[in-house]
Amino acid sequence: MLIIKDLHACVEGKEILRGINLTINAGEVHAIMGPNGSGKSTLANVLAGNTNYEVTKGEVSFNGKDLLGMSADVRAKEGLFLSFQYPVEIPGVSMLNFLKTAVNESRKYRQVKELTAGDFLKLMREKKEMVQIDSQLTNRSVNEGFSGGEKKKNEIFQMAMLEPKLAILDETDSGLDIDALRIVANGVNLLKKPENATIVVTHYQRLLDYIVPDFVHVLYKGQIVKSAGKELVLELEEKGYDWIKKELGE
Amino acid sequence: MTVIANIESAEQRISRLFLENTSLLNDGAGVVLRNHREQALSAFLRMGIPDRKVENYKYSDFTKLFAQENYNRAFLPTSFDFDMQEVFTCDVPEFDTHLLFNVNGWYFDQNKTDQFPKGTIIKSLKRAWKENQELVEKYYGTMADVTKDPLSALNSAFAQDGVFIYIPDHIVIEKPIQIINLLRSEEDLYVTQRNLIVIGKNAQVKLMFCDHTLAIHSYIANYLSEIHLGEDAVADVYGIQNQHNGTAYLNGTFIRQERNSHLITNTISLHGGITRNNLHVDLAGENANASLFGLSLTDKDQHSDTFTSIEHGQPGCHSNQIFKNVLDDNSSAAFTGRIHVMPGAKKTEANQRNNSVLLTKAAKMNTKPQLVIDNDDVKCSHGATIGQVNEEALFYLQTRGINEKEARLMLMFAFAHEVLTNIRVEPLRQSIDRLVNKRLRGEVSRCHDCKLECIR
Repeated sequence: MLIIKDLHACVEGKEILRGINLTINAGEVHAIMGPNGSGKSTLANVLAGNTNYEVTKGEVSFNGKDLLGMSADVRAKEGLFLSFQYPVEIPGVSMLNFLKTAVNESRKYRQVKELTAGDFLKLMREKKEMVQIDSQLTNRSVNEGFSGGEKKKNEIFQMAMLEPKLAILDETDSGLDIDALRIVANGVNLLKKPENATIVVTHYQRLLDYIVPDFVHVLYKGQIVKSAGKELVLELEEKGYDWIKKELGE
Repeated sequence: MTVIANIESAEQRISRLFLENTSLLNDGAGVVLRNHREQALSAFLRMGIPDRKVENYKYSDFTKLFAQENYNRAFLPTSFDFDMQEVFTCDVPEFDTHLLFNVNGWYFDQNKTDQFPKGTIIKSLKRAWKENQELVEKYYGTMADVTKDPLSALNSAFAQDGVFIYIPDHIVIEKPIQIINLLRSEEDLYVTQRNLIVIGKNAQVKLMFCDHTLAIHSYIANYLSEIHLGEDAVADVYGIQNQHNGTAYLNGTFIRQERNSHLITNTISLHGGITRNNLHVDLAGENANASLFGLSLTDKDQHSDTFTSIEHGQPGCHSNQIFKNVLDDNSSAAFTGRIHVMPGAKKTEANQRNNSVLLTKAAKMNTKPQLVIDNDDVKCSHGATIGQVNEEALFYLQTRGINEKEARLMLMFAFAHEVLTNIRVEPLRQSIDRLVNKRLRGEVSRCHDCKLECIR
C-alpha cells in the first residue's frame, strides 16, 4: 500500500529525515516510536503533504501512485488520513459544514454520488456513536474551545467519517487521560479493516497496549534504526531509548 | 458646464449650486432649518473637501472625486414610470418587513405606512418639516455637528428629503423597518439624502438600510442619518451596501443614546467603488450600551474607509466594536476607531477590535485606534490585526480532502462570520451569510432579483 524509499526531508534548511525506508501492506498496523526530535512528526507531516517540509530525496508510492506529486487534499481523497498531534482550532467553520464538504469532495473525486443532507446526517449519527464523541461537539466550530481529549476524539471521528485507506495517528495519545485514550484506541480498532492500514506514531508504549501493532519501528536521527514485532514495545519500555543509542554505539 | 467645471474649484461649484438652488432647497423649511443650512454651508466652505491632511480623513482623499465630478444634482424628486415592486423585489425568504423606498435621495411617495401603531410617524422628511415642524426642529441637526465634519456639513447644506421616523414612547415595532435607498437615473448623479429617526423612551425598533444602484451611471451619494434613542430604548441598525464600482458612497450615521438605551449596529459593505462610513455614537445618558459591528469586503480598485467615534459622556456606559475587512486585488481599506471617555464618565467600559485579512500583496489596509481617556476608573481595550489566511488551518482543511481554493474560502467566510452572528434578525442573518459567501466566491451577490444588469 505504502512504499517509502530513501526519503529525505528538510525543514527550514535543516535535514530531519535522512533516508527512511518503510513498506506497509493492507491490514497492517505499524508503530513508529522514537525519542523526541527523531523525526516522527516530520514523517507524518511529509506524508500528509505539509508544504512547510521540503522533500529533498526519495520516493513514496501510495497504492501504486506517486504520493509526493500530489497536493495535500488529493492525498486525502486518495485515502490518506493524518490525525494531528495538535488539531487546529478553526473558529467560524462549523463542524457540520466542514465534514459535509470534506466527505462530498472525496466522493466527487471517487465519482460517487454526493450525500444528501439527510444521508449525511444519518452517517454522522452512526459514526458519532461508534467513536463515542459528544453529539454537541458537531454543532460547534471545528475544534474551537474543545478540550485536549475532545480534539483527539474529533480526529478519530473525522477518520471514521472519511474512511481512509491509510491512517497516520501522530501522537494521538499525547495529553490524553486513560479514559479518553481507551475511547480513542477503541475507535481506531473499530475502524480497522483488512484492506486498511494504520501508522501509530508515538513516544510511549501506552497507546500500543490498546492498539496492538504488527510491526514496531524505532526512528532515531531521521532513520529507522530498528524494526521488529510488537515485542519491541516491551523491550523499549524496559530499557528506554538509551538502549538503542548504546546499540548504535553512541 | 464642462468649461465652468474646469475653472471652478469644487468648493466654488458647490457654493454656486447652493445659491442657484436656495429656493428649491428651502422649500417648506422653517427658519430654524434655513439657518441650519446656511451654517452648514459656511462650515463646509471653511473646511472644504477633505483630503489626507485632515486628520479624520487621513486614509481617503476626496478632492480628486469632487474635482472630477460635474454630476447632475437631484434637486427635485425623480418621476417614476415603473412599478417599484416589479423593479425591486427583496428575495430574503420569510423576511417580513415594513418596506420604505427612497429613490435618488427622495422619499418614494407610494410607500405604505398604514400598518404602524398609533402615534408612530413615518413619512418624507420634507413633509415632516412642514407637518411636524416642532418635532423635527427639536432633533434635526442635534446629533451631527456640522462644524466638525465636512461631509456632514455638505449633507446638511443640501439636505432636502429622506425618511423621517418617530416611534412614540413605549411602542415596540416588531417587524424590521427596511429602508431601501436606490440610485437610478439616465445620467451621472449626485444625491443627498437625510434621514431623521427618533425613538422614544422604552420604545424598540429594528432598522435596516439597504443601499443599491439600479443603473450603470456614476453616483456620489452623500447620505446622513441621525438617530435618537430615548431612555431604555432598544434599536438595531443594520446597513447593507451593495453598489457598483462607479459609486462613491459617503455615509454618515450619527446616533445619540439616552440613559439605559441599547444599540446594535452592523455595517456591511459588500460592494461599492469608494466607501466612507462615518459612524458616531454619543453615549449621552448613564449605563447606555452600544455594540458596533462592521464587515467590509473589497476587491479590484475599491476603497472602503470606516471611521467610528464613540463619545463616552456619562458614567457606566459600555461600548463594544468589532470591525473586519477582507481585501482582495488592489483594493484598499481603512479603519479608524476613536473612543473618547470624557471627564466624569467613570465605570466606562469600551472595547474595540479591527481584524483584516489581505488576500494579495497589492491590497492595502490602514488601521488606527484612537483612545482619548480623560477619566480614571475605566476599562478600555483596543486591538488590531492585519494578516493573511491562517496557513495551519488551511493545511488542516486540505488534509481532509478540501482543495486549497475551497479551504481558503471557508476560512475567509469563517473570518467574516463573527461579525454576521451579531445580526439579531435570523432570516436577515442567513441571507447576509449567503451574500457574503457569494461575494467571497467572486460571484455577483445582488440581494434582489432586480432586472437591471448594473453591477459593474
